[in-house]
Amino acid sequence: MQIQVNDEMHDVHSEILADILDELGYGAARIATAVDGTFVPASRRAAFRLPPHARLEIVAPMQGG
Amino acid sequence: MLFYGEELRSRLMLGTAQYDSPSILADAVREGNPGLVTVSLRREAAGAMAGQAFWELIKAFGIPVLPNTAGCHTVKEAVTTAHMAREVFDTDWVKLEVIGQGDLLQPDVFALVEAARILTEDGFKVFPYTTEDLVVAERLLRAGCEVLMPWGAPIGSGRGLNNLFGLRAMRGHFPGIPMVVDAGIGRPSHAVAAFELGFDAILINTAVAKAGDPVTMARAFRLACEIGLDAFAADPMPERDMAVPSTPTLGKAMLDA
Repeated sequence: MQIQVNDEMHDVHSEILADILDELGYGAARIATAVDGTFVPASRRAAFRLPPHARLEIVAPMQGG
Repeated sequence: MLFYGEELRSRLMLGTAQYDSPSILADAVREGNPGLVTVSLRREAAGAMAGQAFWELIKAFGIPVLPNTAGCHTVKEAVTTAHMAREVFDTDWVKLEVIGQGDLLQPDVFALVEAARILTEDGFKVFPYTTEDLVVAERLLRAGCEVLMPWGAPIGSGRGLNNLFGLRAMRGHFPGIPMVVDAGIGRPSHAVAAFELGFDAILINTAVAKAGDPVTMARAFRLACEIGLDAFAADPMPERDMAVPSTPTLGKAMLDA
């Protein structure tokens, strides 16, 4: 199905967030996720199912003031 | 002075953005000896994984991190970002920014109070970036904040303490509340002035990162924090309108014959 990842369209095979992150190459990276603007904790990724055309945000540590 | 029960190793809070290289940031942290560093969250591209390398650098500093919600303009954005930051940085501390006005990056204090209430109820320890408005400060405390962070001047402006009267009034009105001047400080002299007013810490970024020599400037700010804290503790003399001779006049020879 197609989803939007950080503003870019991606075709992914899985509907499960944890599997999608693996598929996209994030593996064990220190990241946080939100789907359609709602935070999805790491503890829920294995059971969280994305709807088609979902907006997935993936963020990581960055410089800040 | 404790910040949510934690004694920081110094009263300098240092941002990690805008340095020309990671090694300059690391050197600035070494010379500035900050009590904490501020960090942020941004989109991570699977190919680059820039955030992972940055996290390794930050971890090596061995000091607390204060994640921010920079760039957020709504309560929902700020609250969601705070939740993501808590998971990524493994801390319930958050520097809460909700920007309401683009030109001055002025906080939307109404949204700030609401976001602070939601986050404190959810166990966050909120460091709110606010103005020197006493009413807003009171609302933030009622919302559960135990630290206040009024701006000195707009973020990145380097203009110092724009409203000395307002900051002095705020400090006087909330004795015992840990207070940090956040944003606007451009020079070590501004930092000294903040501590002389009785503020407990300063939070700076651009002043160090965009100095010609960031590492030396970090050291200058470390010293300024120490000077300012000592000066406040030493209880400066009151200002007078008229001159008062410092050399005793008693016993002065009469030579004007």
